Amino acid sequence: MKTMLNIALPKGRLGEKVYKIFEDAGFECPSIKENNRKLIFENPEKCVRYFWVKPSDVSIYVERGAADIGIAGKDILLEYEPDVYELADLDIGKCRMAVAAKKDFRDDTSKTLRVATKFSNITKKYYASLGRKIDIIHLNGSIEIAPILDLSDVIVDIVETGTTLKENNLEVFETVVPISARLIANKSSFKFKNELIEKIREAIERNKILREENK
Amino acid sequence: MNIRESVLKYEEKAVFELRSLYRRYGFLPYKMSKFEEYDLYVRNKDFLVSDHIITFTDTDGKLMALKPDVTLSIIKNGKDADGFVQKLCYNENVYRVTKGAQSFKEIMQVGLECIGDIDKYNIYEVIMLAAESLSKISDEYVLDLSHLGILDSVMQNMGISDELKSKVLKCIGEKNIHELTSILSADGKDAEPIKKLVSLYGQPQKVLEELKKFDFVSEISVQELEDIVLLLESAGYGKHIRIDFSVVNDLNYYNGFVFKGFIKNVATGVLSGGQYDKLMNKLGRTSCAIGFAVYLDMLERLDVTENEYDVDALLLYGDDAELSALANAVKLLSENGKSVMVQKNIPSQIRYKQLLMLKERGVEIVENNA
Repeated sequence: MKTMLNIALPKGRLGEKVYKIFEDAGFECPSIKENNRKLIFENPEKCVRYFWVKPSDVSIYVERGAADIGIAGKDILLEYEPDVYELADLDIGKCRMAVAAKKDFRDDTSKTLRVATKFSNITKKYYASLGRKIDIIHLNGSIEIAPILDLSDVIVDIVETGTTLKENNLEVFETVVPISARLIANKSSFKFKNELIEKIREAIERNKILREENK
Repeated sequence: MNIRESVLKYEEKAVFELRSLYRRYGFLPYKMSKFEEYDLYVRNKDFLVSDHIITFTDTDGKLMALKPDVTLSIIKNGKDADGFVQKLCYNENVYRVTKGAQSFKEIMQVGLECIGDIDKYNIYEVIMLAAESLSKISDEYVLDLSHLGILDSVMQNMGISDELKSKVLKCIGEKNIHELTSILSADGKDAEPIKKLVSLYGQPQKVLEELKKFDFVSEISVQELEDIVLLLESAGYGKHIRIDFSVVNDLNYYNGFVFKGFIKNVATGVLSGGQYDKLMNKLGRTSCAIGFAVYLDMLERLDVTENEYDVDALLLYGDDAELSALANAVKLLSENGKSVMVQKNIPSQIRYKQLLMLKERGVEIVENNA
């Protein structure tokens, strides 16, 4: 029996783009395009098994070895710090982690800064590096609302185009870190399925260079 | 005492196997107290895997800790003398917070330390025993081997500042070449040499050949690596050894060889070790040291042999049963090597080979599943 490589893909917006990258790399799995509710898809010929999981869970699947490799946003990797290898930057899903606030916001450095965010760990580290005292308000969504209702002074969140911010009268004040999708691998799987993982990584890197040249 | 192997759990068997392996190579068992003065860990905080420690106050008011680590306790005392090597092995529980889960975990560790006037043979012996330990656990194992002298010399020659070093090391540990490139180029450095080093991975001979083409690297360290690899290969471990420079431990404590062991189908490393002369130095000792630990908590899942039955015999008895007859029946069954559970009613979810009932005339077989 051939060993299959388990690949965790992020469900949702980024998912199709990510699958396309694997397809272009020569690891297609036609059944994935059939419109149904299945979550697991196999192509035994290429020794790959894909499955869709919640984007923020990809790193958990990979760290614990349920998936050998996966695609996760750098935001998730920085927030949860999973013990995995980060093998490639896919250069897709590009955005940035940023500090945003109401347009007329003026940072009063004599006070504790109230920060609303979904990314507590990243926020804590960022402000610790600045030596600033903050009060973290952990929210699970609709972060933009926090400064408007005076729940917080600023927010730390992912900014892609900035449209949501603009519509809510907010603007970016500082970029914390640029974000993009990364290829990650379980440390143990990397040893035992090395050939296949390296093959995929190389194909992805090759295509990335090709894409850039065609731009 | 005569222990049947079948009653032992997988990790328990591993403990016996490993302990007897280390004894065969002259490593003497070392029994430690579960507690240690907290002060020891505060002074060497960065050496610990996690910085959370369970503490309590001893009867004399001293702040004590449940051991998060064994090595520190072993090396804090001992004599340093030329030509003297202390070989110890241990089997202890340590208490740590694993990343992600915000709670303490008890982790069973088996390991060994070789302390003193260490020479190449000692280093070989410890790394060989690490490989042998893994082979006892599974046929499919990999021992990743690195030499920090090589990494350090490349970083020195590139002029990487201490400030940058920790960031660079983090990237190296993640095999994160793209980030490594951007960090170094932001600092105006050519990342090429270290990128090449990190991308090297695989069979020792292949990697060594590549290494010799490097300009930036300490030749003494490469030679050391080659010598040890050759010894390991001639002992038959070659096909399980990989050279991997992403095995990085804190450079403030470790030097020379560092290694990590992996078993197929176990998601995280199960063995970790290396040379830690710098830690010895910090604790005021002049000797050198090398050692490793095997984490057994991960092995539980490896055991796939599931018992078909929970007990050989389930023996039922009624309210009016004569207790001496019951006791005799159980004794007889158990003397015949059968496991027997005595109950009044059949418990749910118990899988039995035979269902027996104690009647006035004796034991009757009610049901046979085997």
